[in-house]
Amino acid sequence: MSVKLSTRQVGDVSVVDVAGRITLGEGSSALRETLRDMVGKNQKKILLNLGEVSYIDSSGIGELVSGFTTVANSGGQLKLLNLNKRVKDLLQITKLYTVFDVHDDEAGAIRSFT
Amino acid sequence: MGDVSRPGTDSVERSLESTLESVDHAEDLAVGLARRAGFDEEDLMKIGLAVRESMVNAVVHGNRYNANKKVRFAASMNGSRFTVRIADEGEGFDYAHLPDPLAPENLLRTSGRGIFLIRSFMDDFQARRLEPVGTEVTLVKFAVSK
Repeated sequence: MSVKLSTRQVGDVSVVDVAGRITLGEGSSALRETLRDMVGKNQKKILLNLGEVSYIDSSGIGELVSGFTTVANSGGQLKLLNLNKRVKDLLQITKLYTVFDVHDDEAGAIRSFT
Repeated sequence: MGDVSRPGTDSVERSLESTLESVDHAEDLAVGLARRAGFDEEDLMKIGLAVRESMVNAVVHGNRYNANKKVRFAASMNGSRFTVRIADEGEGFDYAHLPDPLAPENLLRTSGRGIFLIRSFMDDFQARRLEPVGTEVTLVKFAVSK
């Protein structure tokens, strides 16, 4: 199974529900295109819900970083929601856990956007 | 895939195409063998990711998706030692001089974490140049971690 991305709007925050695998190839490119499309539409507050992500590799981590910097460079914020143990462990070992603003609660994450 | 190793065997070797499908296949083969050898889910995740990253390096950076070049994959369990060897036919790669992905100036780079993850997740990682061309990496995981 590759990745499945669906977007929804909660107030002025765009939530991207990500499910499946974010790995080199279809998974990471789909995430990249979705985020670039959102930035292109001037969406400044983006919340990536990774709760259903079953697998992520270094390419997928790279896409998270790329999305983070792309959104930030456009004057927006990209935050992460619902990291499972696997994703959390990878972000911690790569020292990226503190780079991202990570949340476990969607309502709290929505409120945290400024 | 029709060529997964048979139950009861403790090694598997394949000559694989330089495709992303081969990356998935090699990971499945390695994890399947490691699972039969008794590794727990945490170690299976680590082995799987390390093999995936090594295969991506061989297919993408080594063979550059060249259909005329193969990736040799071998995995074996010998006592408590689980070994995976992956060899490409590329121009070679300098594993000794890689930027530190944890350095503050590199944290926001979008690539360069693969080898770091392999080294973090396996008990041993070695890379050597092959003659006349190619690179072989060897990944080792012990059933009872050192």
